Amino acid sequence: MSTPTAVQPPRAARGELYYRHALPVRVMHWVNVVALTILLMSGLNIFDAHSALYWGKSSYTGHGPIVEIGARMKPDGSIRGVTRVFGAEFDTTGVLGASRGPDGTLNPSAFPGWAMIPDYRWLSMARSWHFFFAWILVLNGLAYLAWSIGSRHLARDLAPGREDLRAIPQSIRDHLRFRHPRGDAAKRYNVLQKLAYLAIILVVVPLVVLMGLAMSPWADAIWPGWVDLVGGRQSARTLHFVGAWLLVAFVAIHVFEVIVSGLWNHLRSMITGRFRVPPRGLA
Amino acid sequence: MNSVESPRRRFLTGALAALGAVPLAACQRLSTSEWFPQILNIGESASSVALRLVAGREAMAQEFSPSDLSPSFRSNGTAEPDSDVYRGLLAGGFADYRLAVDGRVERPMRLSLAELRALPSRTQITRHDCVEGWSAIGKWKGTRLAALLDVVRPRPDARFVVFHCADPMARDGTDLYYESIDLDDAYHAQTILAWEMNDAPLPVKNGAPLRLRVERQLGYKHAKYVMRIELVSSFASIAGGNGGYWEDRGYQWFAGI
Repeated sequence: MSTPTAVQPPRAARGELYYRHALPVRVMHWVNVVALTILLMSGLNIFDAHSALYWGKSSYTGHGPIVEIGARMKPDGSIRGVTRVFGAEFDTTGVLGASRGPDGTLNPSAFPGWAMIPDYRWLSMARSWHFFFAWILVLNGLAYLAWSIGSRHLARDLAPGREDLRAIPQSIRDHLRFRHPRGDAAKRYNVLQKLAYLAIILVVVPLVVLMGLAMSPWADAIWPGWVDLVGGRQSARTLHFVGAWLLVAFVAIHVFEVIVSGLWNHLRSMITGRFRVPPRGLA
Repeated sequence: MNSVESPRRRFLTGALAALGAVPLAACQRLSTSEWFPQILNIGESASSVALRLVAGREAMAQEFSPSDLSPSFRSNGTAEPDSDVYRGLLAGGFADYRLAVDGRVERPMRLSLAELRALPSRTQITRHDCVEGWSAIGKWKGTRLAALLDVVRPRPDARFVVFHCADPMARDGTDLYYESIDLDDAYHAQTILAWEMNDAPLPVKNGAPLRLRVERQLGYKHAKYVMRIELVSSFASIAGGNGGYWEDRGYQWFAGI
């Protein structure tokens, strides 16, 4: 980034513009941004209809929920948000269980209105949003897999080689020091990046989709009993929830890394495809 | 901490909130629009077509073992119908109860519980999945709907089976609960009119004297307190026209997901 008063360094010194992201990757990336955001926010609204998670085939097994978010009335009539995790209870007023609406009053709601689509409890509409964008995510994901295998993007850019794996400890050190690759190395994904992307593409997203399907009574009938492989329908619902937050954690780290290693450069490369390669030897 | 909040920081959080509020407000406007929910419902249609295609029309819902039974089977929706007709039947131990079966059938009938019990029945331990997210496992025994349909003989133009219930959903006693299923579900082996739950007569809170079990769909399809079964070629002229009490309030008719 430069300010108007700074003297622009000559083009060569600023580094070459390298065509880093192919058009299909860019399009599918932004489709994912929209779909995942809406899926998360409509999913939180769906969760609000029964804000407890269980382990097992049903919710009523004789054991209570493992996680429960609720609101409790105080003797003075005010409410507070209460979150129980494995029996431990936390006051989460303002965020979980009870949060402030636009008028400033506390309302019972598992998650705040600003985190949900629609922004208040509306199960049927949240389901409509969720299942529409679930299709978008799945079709986008299948298109991505087909394209990545066909164009060798997966084998060439994402599959870590032996050298990559040897460089893991160094890559961890580099990440912790916010040291980012320069020169030719900056044109490629680093090994931690490759492993993170592969884990999301091949493990976390398929798991979340599958656990979503496991909640469908009709999908359960495709092969009766398959849901028991993960402990039953309520376990699947819990895993769907956990998987969704793993995706949130991934996006948080992803966006953080984008910001610290050059927000505008990365944004441009994910829009136009062109990434300015930081030259070697410049601090 | 209030003193720390500098104008710059307040501006930044304000700007961020505004940046997030625009798409959120757009989503809110889309949700309440006339046209956008219809586009979203393409998702429902796609799910229904895909699941029928992959699972097949006759796919069986999972059945469970007695050790999986929920200690108590939760009641949802109506727990006791607020109607004089129903209270009268309940007081008489449902001795005067008659299930009416009519509409597009060759032989309209009224059946007592004893007559229903005399038809072929089925016992199954299945999981009840509420649209809200919870599940409970119960054991059900009841008349196979297919057997009842064989007796009343649907006409060729019958396409849906509508269940009219005893429970009013509005305080003034109107808006009786109703539901509908297609003939695939109606003739499915596990679709029964249950009069027994967990080896005891069906409790009032769970739909006595008769409730539908349609095991591949969510809880709201499982109509309780069934009084009348009507075969129709279309449900467009019934109540809100969407095939069910909750469907008239925006819920999906296909509740297999």
